[in-house]
Amino acid sequence: MTGPLRVWSLPWFFLYLRHEVLALPGRAIALLFLLFLLLFPLFSQDPYHLRVLTLSALFAIYAASWDLLSGYTGQVSLGHAFFFGLSGYASAILGRELGLPPGLTIPLGALLATVAGVLVGLPSLRVKGPYLSLVTLAFPIIALGFIFLFPGFTGGELGLSGLARLGGSRLQEYYLVVGVMLAALYLMWRLTASRVGLFFHAIREDEAAVRMVGVNTVAYKLLAFGASAFFAGLAGGLYAHYLRVAGPDSLSLFTSIQPVIWTVFGGIATLYGPVAGTFLLVPLLEALRVAEEWRMVAFALLILLVMRFLPQGVVRGVLDRLEEECPRCKARNAFTRRRCRVCGVTLRVKEVRA
Amino acid sequence: MLAAVLVNGLVLSGIYGMLALGFALTYGVARILNLAHTAFYMAAAYALFFFLGKMGFLPAALLAALLVLLLAFLAYHLFLEPLREHEATVLIVTIALALLLQEVLLLLFGGHFRSVPALLPGFTEIWGVRVANQALLALGFAALVLLLTWAFLKGTRVGLAVRAAAQDMEAAELVGVSLSRAGYWAVGLGALLAALAGLAVTPMATLEPHMWTPPLLVVLAAVVLGGLGSLPGALLGALILAFAEVAVVNLVPGGAFLRTAVALAVLVLVLVFRPEGLFGTGFAEER
Repeated sequence: MTGPLRVWSLPWFFLYLRHEVLALPGRAIALLFLLFLLLFPLFSQDPYHLRVLTLSALFAIYAASWDLLSGYTGQVSLGHAFFFGLSGYASAILGRELGLPPGLTIPLGALLATVAGVLVGLPSLRVKGPYLSLVTLAFPIIALGFIFLFPGFTGGELGLSGLARLGGSRLQEYYLVVGVMLAALYLMWRLTASRVGLFFHAIREDEAAVRMVGVNTVAYKLLAFGASAFFAGLAGGLYAHYLRVAGPDSLSLFTSIQPVIWTVFGGIATLYGPVAGTFLLVPLLEALRVAEEWRMVAFALLILLVMRFLPQGVVRGVLDRLEEECPRCKARNAFTRRRCRVCGVTLRVKEVRA
Repeated sequence: MLAAVLVNGLVLSGIYGMLALGFALTYGVARILNLAHTAFYMAAAYALFFFLGKMGFLPAALLAALLVLLLAFLAYHLFLEPLREHEATVLIVTIALALLLQEVLLLLFGGHFRSVPALLPGFTEIWGVRVANQALLALGFAALVLLLTWAFLKGTRVGLAVRAAAQDMEAAELVGVSLSRAGYWAVGLGALLAALAGLAVTPMATLEPHMWTPPLLVVLAAVVLGGLGSLPGALLGALILAFAEVAVVNLVPGGAFLRTAVALAVLVLVLVFRPEGLFGTGFAEER
């Protein structure tokens, strides 16, 4: 149905929905998830639920930004908190010193994070693999040292509190953050599905080969650093204004590690992976509050066991059981189908028992 | 002041050296970037604290080391070895392991600061610096352990196999080294070194369930500084970073806030000029 007749019309929309979206479990789940996000406030406006979902959406941007750099391009960053925290602090200080509204300071903070991303990327280009991870790991820790050294300007241990709110009500904030998340994910999706995204994949798989066919890998790696830092900064600014505090926690080692956990849990080098990972793990960690001090133990055990049996992440692990690839035309099909929905080849021949 | 830097730097480099060597072994041979490495060190310290309540120092230390060794083998066998191809997955599995250890210790012992009485109380004066006898003992112990490890790696066939695997996996396999067995040896040795470092530190440090993160950063930095996979490099890296840390704390106003920051800044600087670390092999060679 994606053929020549791509004129928007209602019948076309329904045909597309039926044959291209609902025909595949993965896409149907994605559609359901989108509807759930948009319609959730109709069913519950409990501030606590809204808060958990808003935070998940924020972190989904953050995790996806990590994935853009580390999953797609293979430059594993263990210091993503640098961009996240830097933007939060920048937004807070700009708001305090110049009295600008968050609608202006958050993009400015994200731009600053982009510059920082390129600056971190420059020395990082010389190093590869675990060396790169360690260089990136150093930046937030160094920044943290300076934040404690100049408490007058940065608020030190306590951070800067009393930031301007994102929106008038919890509901407004929810829709704002979800909207920004969808827009950010759409941009990242277009980027990774483009020619540039292809280069990202290729750089991860074999950088020397990519260089050999005449691609300027340095420029693409810097682009990945910059774009990733921009989205991480966006998430960081939103986070600071949502919690109304920019504190040293946003630069801690744990903040750097979190997107790694979410993304790898969901599925690395995909965009749905980080989103699924955050929207599963963040609410889960909240739900585990009933277990009190056993909360983190249960969380760590769950990650250990899930990763042990689904090493490629939850999404790939589940989808590989719900969908299968047609051996002839490589289109994906729901596991219930006997024939490929595109080329009609028989997918499963009944086994004959001997 | 200079004497203080020298003496304290030596003690600290002994501890970091043990940790870094163990980490480098695990990474070099089993190819695991083990972020739970210093969690093992913490586990040893807590185990020592627990067993000291029931028996003398020597059996308690022995039991603690054995317990950590067992823990490491269990984790490697159940979770890490089956996942070795998935690098990112291994990374978060080790993080989850470290978190698990931290939380279990928090459940068992609570978040209070604990301490263990020093084996050798009192102070000695060296070049006008008062040094705790316990620190000197730890330094001697670290030197002994490092020498023994060195002798093991240089003098036995198993040590040869482990070093060969760390240097070049494929070549080692070609000449008949069993990589899986070398992996178990390396993981065991690495965990044992972490445990011994924990035992050496316990009587000088306060125990709390978050004590694993600060040394983890330094150890990662030290290993990368020396060149991943290079064992002498790991030791040299530990030495450099320990001295940098002690020098900053002693000489710079407000240095206590910057101690890790400076260690990591040294790392970044070195890597910019020598991207493969001090003793690492160039990137062009491995592909």
